[in-house]
Amino acid sequence: MNGLLLLIPIALALGFAGLACFLWALRSGQFDDLDGAAGRILFDDPPPNAAPPPPPSSRRLP
Amino acid sequence: MKTGAALLETSAPRGGIATAAVCAHCGSSLADGAERFCCGGCAAAYRLIEDLGLNRYYDGRHLDPQMRLPRPVSEPIPNIAEFAGAGGDGTRVLHLMVDGLHCAACVWLIENVLARQPEVSEARVNLTSRRLRLAWRGDAQAGLRLVELVQRLGYRVMPYDPQRLAGQMADEERRLLRALAVAGFAAANVMLLSIAIWAGIDGGMGQATRDLLHWVSALIALPAVAYAGQPFFRSAWRALRHGRTNMDVPISVGVTLATAMSLFETINSGRQAYFESAVMLLFFLLIGRYLDLRARGRARSAAEQLVGLMAQPATVIDADGATRRMPAASVAVGDTLLVAAGERITADGRIAQGQSSIDKSMIDGESMPADVAPGSMVFAGMVNLAAPLRIVVTATGERTFLAEIARLMESAEQGRARLVVLADRIARLYAPAVHLLAILTFVAWAFLGPWQAALLNAVAVLIITCPCALGLAVPAVQVIASGRLMRRGILLKSATALERLAAVDTVAFDKTGTLTLNRIELRRDPGIPPAALRLASGLAAASRHPLSESLRRACPEAPPLAGVAEHPGAGLAANTPDGQVRLGSRAFCAVTEAGDDGLPELWLAQPNSAPRRFVFSVSMRPDAAAVVSWLRRNGTRVLLLSGDRPAVVADFAREVGIAEWHAALGPGEKCAALAALAAEGRKVLMVGDGLNDAPALSAAFVSMSPASAADVSQTAADVVFQGQSLGAVSETLMVARQSARLVHENLAFAIGYNALAVPLAMLGQVTPLLAAAAMSSSSLVVVGNALRLSWRRQ
Repeated sequence: MNGLLLLIPIALALGFAGLACFLWALRSGQFDDLDGAAGRILFDDPPPNAAPPPPPSSRRLP
Repeated sequence: MKTGAALLETSAPRGGIATAAVCAHCGSSLADGAERFCCGGCAAAYRLIEDLGLNRYYDGRHLDPQMRLPRPVSEPIPNIAEFAGAGGDGTRVLHLMVDGLHCAACVWLIENVLARQPEVSEARVNLTSRRLRLAWRGDAQAGLRLVELVQRLGYRVMPYDPQRLAGQMADEERRLLRALAVAGFAAANVMLLSIAIWAGIDGGMGQATRDLLHWVSALIALPAVAYAGQPFFRSAWRALRHGRTNMDVPISVGVTLATAMSLFETINSGRQAYFESAVMLLFFLLIGRYLDLRARGRARSAAEQLVGLMAQPATVIDADGATRRMPAASVAVGDTLLVAAGERITADGRIAQGQSSIDKSMIDGESMPADVAPGSMVFAGMVNLAAPLRIVVTATGERTFLAEIARLMESAEQGRARLVVLADRIARLYAPAVHLLAILTFVAWAFLGPWQAALLNAVAVLIITCPCALGLAVPAVQVIASGRLMRRGILLKSATALERLAAVDTVAFDKTGTLTLNRIELRRDPGIPPAALRLASGLAAASRHPLSESLRRACPEAPPLAGVAEHPGAGLAANTPDGQVRLGSRAFCAVTEAGDDGLPELWLAQPNSAPRRFVFSVSMRPDAAAVVSWLRRNGTRVLLLSGDRPAVVADFAREVGIAEWHAALGPGEKCAALAALAAEGRKVLMVGDGLNDAPALSAAFVSMSPASAADVSQTAADVVFQGQSLGAVSETLMVARQSARLVHENLAFAIGYNALAVPLAMLGQVTPLLAAAAMSSSSLVVVGNALRLSWRRQ
């Protein structure tokens, strides 16, 4: 019985944490483009405007 | 369906290695003699990508042959100043719809090309909604350059107002997803506690522990039900207020009663708490509802995208001769419009200046271009083919031909509004029956014992019959069916389309643009010497008239002639050392020979030789005949309703294999023909694309239109399909019939389940454990059965 008094709040807190994470992800737009995100990982993109575009010939990707 | 279409479809390369036959940039097949690229635009795009060092795009991409290939087209740059909003810290933000996104590589390409422009601060493409968000530092002019850059890669773009488009839908979707998250959290936690209670039910657990667990469950379930149940409560309330019932009424009553009674039991230290059933029910139903909304939202946004991309701005000429581009809606009566060759006319008006040919097929189904001169009336939706025209606008808004069509559509649609979704039809019978049984149970048990026990049993009836399976039976199938059709480029716009399609027993086709492609082909005639064809093709290179263009396609290798003069509405002439050569109409080439059979023709007049005749025909969609014969084999009656001339229609109907045809029909007459069929008890699927078809599309029992259709028609149609293949029609009917079968299986199962469960509940034998188990398993069976639709042969 005493164990329950400790464990139930812990279980609920963990559940709440999960729910909060999901709602945060939803709010920050992570569910807006599920198809694009799946494909994006296959391409490594250089950071935009990190450096001025170098001469094309030297940057050609394999 | 495997048809000849697959062979005719452009074969796109997997990966980017250019083979001999396809263009290295856009992947369309090359004409003989062309090297690597099909056109200058593709070569330029390839060079641009290479110069930026983004060649990996060609290795990573997968072109979808069903979609528009990334071939750059010269298009007017849309007016972006109007749509560009202010972003943070001095940037400007523009939202664009992008047409021609094939895969993640396209997203990568666009984002990287833009990111390498120094003024761009953000470029993000959403592959799901096919939208691009672009932010840059600078003025509208700089933005114009960026938009043009994307167009040069081969994508068509169109600015839009994010506030106006799809904002409401996205809000609704987020609200449902939040409710789903809350219900899922509550269901998982309450279920955990309930399993503990069930495990201790036979011994062990003391009353204090059980009460504690019940109280904790109540603490989770009450706010969760209050929050996650709102979509159902609101819809049920709306229905009740209008004196109707729908599926949400029994759901709301069941959930509310189950929660209230569980709370009552908890307060009184009782055993019958149904918290987990109530929350699980909400969770399962919200899943169905969310998937349903998402599938339809995607189809609708894809359709909106198509319409948005087709909307063209108008070019207005001011009194001082300056031109302005503006949205077609803001043109006023008396304005002078400039319509370039190849552009769609955006308002009704009278021609003030210029001679040209006009493609009227969107308006009246006539496949041959008509010649127009100053004084002729033209209507919005027609396409100017040959030479620039100046048009004085005579009608806008309510007075236009377009508005007339809209009125016809509205009156036709009213008949359809009475249609009730199958699930709601069942709910109409189901809700009173269930409530009656619950009352019977209460009355019977109240005679036998204390009223608390009677109430308990009555509520158990309501909970166990709670239409979990019924509520999921229809949406689960619809979601999977629309997903499967979506992958084929078929968009279901209306929620009830699938149900109506399954009942179809008659298909009525429009001719121009639906059974045919909007393209004219030269008929091969062995009597024409190759030299004459080469000469004609060399002349035709100077013109954009569809007949010239198809002549050019028939013999693309001929060198274009120099010094060709175009006489609008008549033909082309060029002076050669031997004398004047003419290509054009019968009169223009001074042909005296009789025998005008009404077929589209061009004549070639050369010095010292008899005039030669080139005959053209409209090309059918590659699998039109196959689809028609499939429909007939499956016992469907097939009709052809066309606005074209009887001789042409008769000829065409024979070719495609349709026995029953009607020609020279106006928009109202098409509606009348459909009404006559409906009076015979026929359920008609109308397939059409023109403006003249729009009222018929609304009047038909259910309607489809190709993505190349006029935007009004796409709005009117229930289903929009992309690509050249007419196989979409048979595919849609097949999927609709399969899903109707599955829906009926699911409903039969749900009713069978209730037939077993209700007597148990009425006898007072249902425990919370049994209720939860029965509810979950019935939902899973229904969803599993629906999934069979996606496993079947594609």
